[in-house]
Amino acid sequence: MSVAAAHPLSHGGPEEPRRDGPDLPEAETHARLERTWGTAATFWGWLTTVDHKLVGRRYIVTGFAFFLLAGLMGLAMRLQLATPESGLISPDRYNQIFSMHGTTMMFLFAVPIGEAVAVYLIPLMVGTRNIAFPRLNAFSYWVYLSGGVMIHVAFVMDVGPETGWFSYVPLAGPEYSPGKRTDFWAQMITFTEVSALAVAVEIIATVFKMRAPGMSLNRMPLFVWAMLVTSFMVVFAMPAVMLASSFLISDRLVSTHFFNPAEGGDALLWQHLFWFFGHPEVYIIFIPALGMVSAITETFCRRPVFGYAAMVLALVTIGFLGFGLWVHHMFATGLPRLGHSFFTAASMLIAIPSGIQIFCWIATMFGGRPRFDTPLLFVAGFIVVFVLGGLTGVMLASVPLDLQLHDSYFVVAHLHYVLIGGAVFPLFGAFYFWFPKITGRMLDERLGRWNFWLLAVGFNVAFFPMHWLGLIGMPRRVYTYPEGLGWEVWNQVSTAGALMVAAGVALFLLNVALSLRAGRPAGPDPWGAPSLEWATASPPPSYNFAHIPVVASRTPLWDAPGGLPVMSGLKVDERELLLTTLHDARPDLREPSPEPSIWPLVAALAVTVLFVGSIFSAWAVVWGSVPVAAALVLWFWPKGGHRGNEVEQ
Amino acid sequence: MSRPTFAGDLSRLPDHAFGHRSLTWWGVMGFITVEAAGFALAAGAYFYLANQVPRWPPDHPPPDLLWSGLFTALLLLSEVPNVWLKKAAEGMDLRRTRLGLVAVVLAGAVLLGIRALEFTTLNVRWDENAYGSILWALLLLHTVHLLTDWVDTGVLAALMFTRHVNPRRFVDTSENALYWHFVVLTWLPVYAILYWAPRWM
Repeated sequence: MSVAAAHPLSHGGPEEPRRDGPDLPEAETHARLERTWGTAATFWGWLTTVDHKLVGRRYIVTGFAFFLLAGLMGLAMRLQLATPESGLISPDRYNQIFSMHGTTMMFLFAVPIGEAVAVYLIPLMVGTRNIAFPRLNAFSYWVYLSGGVMIHVAFVMDVGPETGWFSYVPLAGPEYSPGKRTDFWAQMITFTEVSALAVAVEIIATVFKMRAPGMSLNRMPLFVWAMLVTSFMVVFAMPAVMLASSFLISDRLVSTHFFNPAEGGDALLWQHLFWFFGHPEVYIIFIPALGMVSAITETFCRRPVFGYAAMVLALVTIGFLGFGLWVHHMFATGLPRLGHSFFTAASMLIAIPSGIQIFCWIATMFGGRPRFDTPLLFVAGFIVVFVLGGLTGVMLASVPLDLQLHDSYFVVAHLHYVLIGGAVFPLFGAFYFWFPKITGRMLDERLGRWNFWLLAVGFNVAFFPMHWLGLIGMPRRVYTYPEGLGWEVWNQVSTAGALMVAAGVALFLLNVALSLRAGRPAGPDPWGAPSLEWATASPPPSYNFAHIPVVASRTPLWDAPGGLPVMSGLKVDERELLLTTLHDARPDLREPSPEPSIWPLVAALAVTVLFVGSIFSAWAVVWGSVPVAAALVLWFWPKGGHRGNEVEQ
Repeated sequence: MSRPTFAGDLSRLPDHAFGHRSLTWWGVMGFITVEAAGFALAAGAYFYLANQVPRWPPDHPPPDLLWSGLFTALLLLSEVPNVWLKKAAEGMDLRRTRLGLVAVVLAGAVLLGIRALEFTTLNVRWDENAYGSILWALLLLHTVHLLTDWVDTGVLAALMFTRHVNPRRFVDTSENALYWHFVVLTWLPVYAILYWAPRWM
């Protein structure tokens, strides 16, 4: 197959390029690799970098900033609802606030943060030097940032979304949501989906083709498996919401009739398309968290995860079943009964693989020697809270009960138990776990415990009463309620809980700030963890590993106490990566990896002009595509210099 | 820094390959999958909307067959230079690759011209009813893909005629031809849906 080895076109000069290996001193190897892969410490370097760690860190910080903003909006709503007939927030502003809260949490925090952590960790975990398609990665970050900034600017200027995070038509259609508010929402969707899809493709390619030699599929860390399944779900689910939001904005801007029943359209088409994405999205949020939980459990119980094969199969099963549930959001819309039964069955079925995972973690803890540091505390919190959320999920999967509880605070309680329990608790555990890797410093354990208990208690105080509020009839998305319905006390309790959660998050921020200033240095592997990201320095150098490691088990660092064996032979003066075979990860090819470039940023700005322009004129799609195309051509245009090194699809 | 144990050497591995051994292939296939999902969902929306009304198309004759038929025939024919180009690229034959790229670019230009005419014979506007909306949406979706790959092919042709020729460029050309397959293959169901489903339903 190696047609090219001696082809006249491969200009292999007389001078052999320098490669890592026994002939090159270690210090020189590091120095040369740093020169090749490092990001210049200048503003220009900052704008043009394609280092997955720098981009990943940005992603994580930005995602967390959106979490804080959305959290503040949640707090504002809780303050408004603390007393009946409160005049703190006007009804119109309240509509925007709950829409922004949900939209920001779901589209700008929950989905991107899982991918953000993956962008940082996956290349380290599989033992390679950078992510696949790193320029696309940089582009995806800038697009995501633009979308998030746009929607918040719109909110500040009183054109924020107002129809909830799922923007049902006809409420979101041209007739009932005039003005530009919903258009901004629809384009925010487009921004975030473009970036999510790009990252999904990068992760799939990285996981399939860039694993360290010996890391066959059945030796991949469970977080890598989780991100692989998540990425495939993104690939198949996100196009649905892009299509839906495009239909919506064209109904609003150029008078199409997709959702207009008067002209043959149908409002339920929106719900179908939205939930075909929206339900898998729940698992797109949740599955990365499952991977984090496995990594933390394994490390803090000092034994490999119990039932690896069962865990992988459970992840894949959730990935498939996640697509068979969307109609359970639509039981109240009068769809045919037969469909109800199918979707009820699927909704209950998905509890099985989730249960398998829970039991495997419990077995891991049972068979190991659990050390309850902060990360594992968050895992324990996750198991309790998520099981409670899962139970109300099984309740809601039953059609008669769902009809009763639809659009009530019971659903608000359920979704927060599932999402905060299922994703935010593991994420905080992951922050405590991987923070030392990213920054080189430990977070404080004592503050960490306070952080955990404030969050765990505060969360339950805030959200458990909502079950009861829903059962006694409080509908969701009301900006206020009259006195005398028996709702006052539980709403006050809930608001008190929300304040505790806020205190917990503030403590986390304090912990991060203190640790960045004067945290204990972490060293490469402070927790004694088994996977490859811990085999390199904290924070890792720009090139991740001086030599590509070789893996012979699922827990390589535990099984090679004398240090991992490594491969030699990658270039040190040009960016070069190792590609391995899909299944067994046998070394197959050396490929160049792209240099830093300004064009991903320029392309993202051009895309921003197109998307924002299209809110105001449909013709922006036509004239706006010219600068986008120009930026993309310049992005791919070779810059000369290193041979072959400029390539990126 | 302690000396690591070297278990093997990578320097003799090839530095490029065609097909699924290369990262490029995975990138192209990734986006093909994303877009195929988009097409499938849009097709689903078409039939969903068709089910909402008693007659389909509601008050119009179905779109005309002339330009669309010509387009389909030519698009299928464009696979001849495309397949030939893919082979030439994989054999790293610069002369044939250049020729193939020019042929595909020319075919694309003619196809885009016919597509423009096709839009004038749909017998419905996008803003008349939901049938018009979904018809235009599907045709536009395909046109965007056609246009994108046409531009890509043009850029590759420009690279192949300048000093930028190297083995990896042939890999790009081969994967670009794969994307053209996708543009051709997605058209067949879209054509059947837009032009024949209304006649048969």
